[in-house]
Amino acid sequence: MREVDILVIGAGPAGLSAALEAAKHDIQVLVVDENEQAGGQLFKQLHKFFGSERHDAGVRGFDIGHKLLKAAEEQGVEILLNTVAYGIFPEGVGLCVNGKEGVIVKARKIIVATGASENPLAFPGWTLPGVVGAGAIQTMVNVHRVPVGRKILMIGSGNVGLIVSYQAMQAGIEVVGIVEAAPKVGGYAVHAAKVCREGVPVYVSHTVLKAIPNEDESGITGAVIVQVDGKFQPIPGTEKFIECDCIGIAVGLSPSIELVAIPGVEMTYLGNMGGYIPLHDRNLMTTMDGVYIAGDVSGTEEASTALEEGRLAGIAAVAALGRISEKEAEREKAAAWESLRQLRSGPFGEGRYNAKEEIIKRMEVRNNA
Amino acid sequence: MERIVKHPILDQQPECKMVTITVDGKPMEAREGEPILAALLANGVMAQNITRKNHKPGGYFCGIGRCTGCVMTVNGDPNVRTCVTPVEAGMVVETQDGLGKWRL
Repeated sequence: MREVDILVIGAGPAGLSAALEAAKHDIQVLVVDENEQAGGQLFKQLHKFFGSERHDAGVRGFDIGHKLLKAAEEQGVEILLNTVAYGIFPEGVGLCVNGKEGVIVKARKIIVATGASENPLAFPGWTLPGVVGAGAIQTMVNVHRVPVGRKILMIGSGNVGLIVSYQAMQAGIEVVGIVEAAPKVGGYAVHAAKVCREGVPVYVSHTVLKAIPNEDESGITGAVIVQVDGKFQPIPGTEKFIECDCIGIAVGLSPSIELVAIPGVEMTYLGNMGGYIPLHDRNLMTTMDGVYIAGDVSGTEEASTALEEGRLAGIAAVAALGRISEKEAEREKAAAWESLRQLRSGPFGEGRYNAKEEIIKRMEVRNNA
Repeated sequence: MERIVKHPILDQQPECKMVTITVDGKPMEAREGEPILAALLANGVMAQNITRKNHKPGGYFCGIGRCTGCVMTVNGDPNVRTCVTPVEAGMVVETQDGLGKWRL
């Protein structure tokens, strides 16, 4: 049994940012992460970020990761790696360290920053080796520096599908096409332009019908794609075989809510934020007193919003512990919300802004009931 | 063996001790500490197991320890997530059939 002021679960952008905020106010904070390395998905992101200076615009994802880890080290934030948080109990949070040692941590405040995981897509052949998540391609290619195949067909043209396609090409892997069910490309024009300039065909109003196995079914030789009508139904006679040895699935992510769902944190559903999301208020506190969320677990967005939400949850938890004045807390929270507003604006951000406001509204309705 | 050596943005991969592991009875070169899955991909091995229901080759999906698509039997223990398990010299890695078998 161990006691801390704030326990942060997840050492990605949201968790680290929350921990730094707490450490700034001289609060005893412990960060745990199940991975071997801190930084979440930042170290596989080679592209430059958008936004303003506060959002590290123009800086590559992995450099933001290095910056965060350096700040955490300088501020003496304790990070326990290879540590799985397996449950939130009345007695404390259950941790399993290095797959063996069990520890219960009693924390006055808990910030859950568990992120999100990639959605699969079911079609004949979807379990064949070579049909993989786009994030897995990014991890294997950019972090471990091994090829996932020689020819990739990407399913989904959101930012993940576009960015990972381009990064595969930077590593010398051919991208034979990007398939998108909607009538137009889903991601930012700047990311789409990079792959289009290289001549990658983008098949809009198309979906994947099946993966074609090789002789011994230990891999794939290609995929059959098909055009879809206005109701996303395949149009017979438009089938097309595309040769590839890897199919990347980039069809969105779902918030990793298990840890908070099991002890009964109330959820709400918002399709455009990734599905079920823990209800939370403007301090990012859930329906469980003292348990906060930040980053993709509170709705799938991007690393820049995760960093800002981490700050917000960090300040809110510090304020709830009575370690900063109400005035200072209000000022800092307002700055974080203003920054989030900037990130959630424009044709892509407005929908996310409205969705986040909707979650808070539902929480208010619930609290007033 | 195939690895991504030249890259326009990333620095060269740091030098690393090469070790030998055994995969389905055959020796395989791997970087010490890299995920077992990375070593398999570098050596062109795409399948990690035989699926439980349809008995067809299966492989990784997420690559970060969430989906369990990449599980194999490692040093006799079944259901080891090869995408997050680091390579150690002399490891014995086997394609897993279905849910695998525990050592008695």
